Amino acid sequence: MLSTLNTRAARAQEHLNIVIVGHVDHGKSTLLGRLFADTGSLPEGKLEKVRGICERQGKEFEYAFLFDAFLEEQEQGITIDTARTFFQWKDRQYIIIDAPGHKEFLKNMISGAARAEAALLLIDAQEGVKEQSKKHGYLLSLLGVRQVAVVVNKMDLVGYRQDVFEAIEKEYRAFLTQLKVSPERFVPVSAKRGENIATRSRVMPWYTGPTVLDTLGLFREETEREHQPLRFPVQDVYKFDARRILAGRIAAGLVKVGDRLVFSPSNKTANVKSIEAFNVEPVPTQAKAGQSTGITLDEQIFVERGEIASYPDAAPLVSTVFRCNLFWMGRRPLETGKRYALRLATREVECEVETIHRIIDAGDLDARQTQTTVGKNEVAELTIRTKLPLAFDLYSDFEATGRFVLVDQYDVSGGGIITESVRDAQTVLREEARRRDIAWVKGDVGPDDRARHYGHRAALILLTGGPPSDKSFLARRLEVRLVADSRHTYLLDGGNLRRGLDTDLAEEDGAEMVRRFGEVARLLIDTGLIVVSTTNTFGRIDHQAIQTLVHPTPVVTVHLSKTQETSPPSTDLAFAGPKDFETIVDRIIAELKQRGVLAQAIGAKQQFHYSI
Amino acid sequence: MNAHLRQLEDQSVYIFREAYKHFENLAMLWSMGKDSTVLLWLARKAFLGHVPFPLIHVDTSYKIPAMIEYRDRFAREWRLNLVIGQNTEALKNGMNPGLGRVECCTALKTNGLKNLLAEKGYTGVILGVRADEEGTRAKERYFSPRDKHGDWDFREQPPELWDQFKTAFPQGTHIRIHPLLDWTEINIWEYIKAENIPIIDLYFDKGEGTRYRSLGCAPCTFPIKSKAKNVDDIIEELRHTTVAERSGRAQDEGRGMELLRKDGYM
Repeated sequence: MLSTLNTRAARAQEHLNIVIVGHVDHGKSTLLGRLFADTGSLPEGKLEKVRGICERQGKEFEYAFLFDAFLEEQEQGITIDTARTFFQWKDRQYIIIDAPGHKEFLKNMISGAARAEAALLLIDAQEGVKEQSKKHGYLLSLLGVRQVAVVVNKMDLVGYRQDVFEAIEKEYRAFLTQLKVSPERFVPVSAKRGENIATRSRVMPWYTGPTVLDTLGLFREETEREHQPLRFPVQDVYKFDARRILAGRIAAGLVKVGDRLVFSPSNKTANVKSIEAFNVEPVPTQAKAGQSTGITLDEQIFVERGEIASYPDAAPLVSTVFRCNLFWMGRRPLETGKRYALRLATREVECEVETIHRIIDAGDLDARQTQTTVGKNEVAELTIRTKLPLAFDLYSDFEATGRFVLVDQYDVSGGGIITESVRDAQTVLREEARRRDIAWVKGDVGPDDRARHYGHRAALILLTGGPPSDKSFLARRLEVRLVADSRHTYLLDGGNLRRGLDTDLAEEDGAEMVRRFGEVARLLIDTGLIVVSTTNTFGRIDHQAIQTLVHPTPVVTVHLSKTQETSPPSTDLAFAGPKDFETIVDRIIAELKQRGVLAQAIGAKQQFHYSI
Repeated sequence: MNAHLRQLEDQSVYIFREAYKHFENLAMLWSMGKDSTVLLWLARKAFLGHVPFPLIHVDTSYKIPAMIEYRDRFAREWRLNLVIGQNTEALKNGMNPGLGRVECCTALKTNGLKNLLAEKGYTGVILGVRADEEGTRAKERYFSPRDKHGDWDFREQPPELWDQFKTAFPQGTHIRIHPLLDWTEINIWEYIKAENIPIIDLYFDKGEGTRYRSLGCAPCTFPIKSKAKNVDDIIEELRHTTVAERSGRAQDEGRGMELLRKDGYM
């Protein structure tokens, strides 16, 4: 007891989150209870209180009851939900997360394991390696928990035999090797009897390695994220006063005053002017991985939540298609073709599963089981397509920007890690646009200045479908109406480019014509104009190319058709049948307002007013 | 500030900013105790000196008077938007701790809060709950949904991973947000010291050898024996104690907290 008090007096400088996982009934809560009891870490009277309750209810005392707080958990003798417990030993404070082992509560196990830096994985010596032992091992590797120690519990039930322990070690080590996880160590224990928990066991002299308590001390804090290239996902933009502060937590690397940043996927660039903080003296000039911070920029560029700031020469990937490994916890199965919200760092985009390549069976990792849906608690290899370009990294390169969750209606229902970026139809043009934007030479007048003077932002309106005469008439009406309203507008017709800029191109150079059209539109947009395009000769694929080249400018696509037909995907406004062109113009103007192109207050989050 | 406190602060600030981004109608509970005052300080950290949402105090009328003075002073100094809720009907009908502690807490705190939430239509409520306080709080989420009766379904808690929280919810329900979940009692005091946060003096011994360790209503909160006169003394004391923090809080007896919290208590 005395030694406990002495160590507790030492100041906690370090901090580590640890999760205890394993198959149901293999003794996780018992191990935790024992660890606390044997190190004198329980509050005064707690042990006696729980013993008293057990006695009154006529059941045998179990250490597990110390942390299974819900009545139902105690009655059924299982852990339903993850509990955070706090444990202080030597100069480190631990949060130990007791995760439920029952299959039904896998999502609770995941919630626990996802915030851990290291894991104790329990295996019952008598039962050996079970289904959930493997599943939990697999999920730990998927969740990025790299430090794993395997605790072989209930050694008392197998007569403390070395051969039983070694057989389990051999089997499970082989399994972990397939996952590219190398366990730190295997520890034989009896949690119930306190063997090798806090004190070395005398009944297992053949084991000379560390106890569970020693094992905790041997886990390391992860600090490598600091030394990676910068990843700063923008969480929010604050305008509480004259400053515009980009708030967020740095996911990797370091940001300093004066750094040149590029924001992905918009490709906007600016330099860091200041690091903002409350009650910090002296004012910081840098912030590093893990820190929640705020920065201001030397230019008023319009960036929003979801963009990832990085250095220009080490930017994240951008695509709409990637391959991933995903575990599913949803009530309904995951289906291909259905819409889900995807959240990666602070970005949220709509997505769908394009292909389910296979369901991963933790018991047999090479099995190639194909299905058309992914059920609850299953893990699968997928290809996902997002509606808008997404900035991300491969999980093997960056943890925080290489993983994502899927939201089905109101619920976070799946978690995935990105294993491969897949090229889509727009990859070549997107890369061209990125190189061009990152190196773009800017004047002293930025888009915000123009927006303030013009009273609107730049935008592109693409008119598609219908007879050419209708489109042309609508475009002219729209231009006249916008200009009459003091908006700066220009009608850009593809035919005019062909008669001038494109005279060196042959009829079959369609792709190059589209590219040139996109680049011209990009220039006009940079001057702050609302560009109206009729583009008679371009098809749907071409429109995607143009959108890629002008990204992230707001693009409003308007589809006209004679009869009720389904308009192409990603059309914003569709009009069928006989046209009332003035009404269509009204609708387009309303859409521009809704997108913030014509808004009065530009780029500002709603202002907060103090009421006292 | 040591690295561990820094990590806790960064995580709490992240949670605050997520809450502010996702909830149009957000409010925070402030009981003037050490935890919710640290919470308030962290909000100022997150929003760089501002507190861009109202603070709720559910006044049971049984609070210690010094707490009310302290509340009003800092509401002025920090320019807080303070909203005070009270279950006046229950009080009129004579509710008091003598009628049963759980009954009194339910009527004056839980229902006082629920009434206020319904009246103001708050969809996100930030609270200073800590996992190390008692067993059911150890099982909480950072973003914890409550159904339309304000009840907590602990069997069906949402998964929470990689800092992605439950921020979408059906109409009529609300989310409780817990930025302090990973903090322990000693972390709170270490942070108060590191940031020099003005804290109510009921926590300090003023020469009588007693102080409050946890603050609630006057009739149900008891001082402990302690000679800790300042923040440093308290930190030193906590390093050596094995007595539970809430041992002076009557509602924790038996299964009191599980029952209270299931029905929407903080």
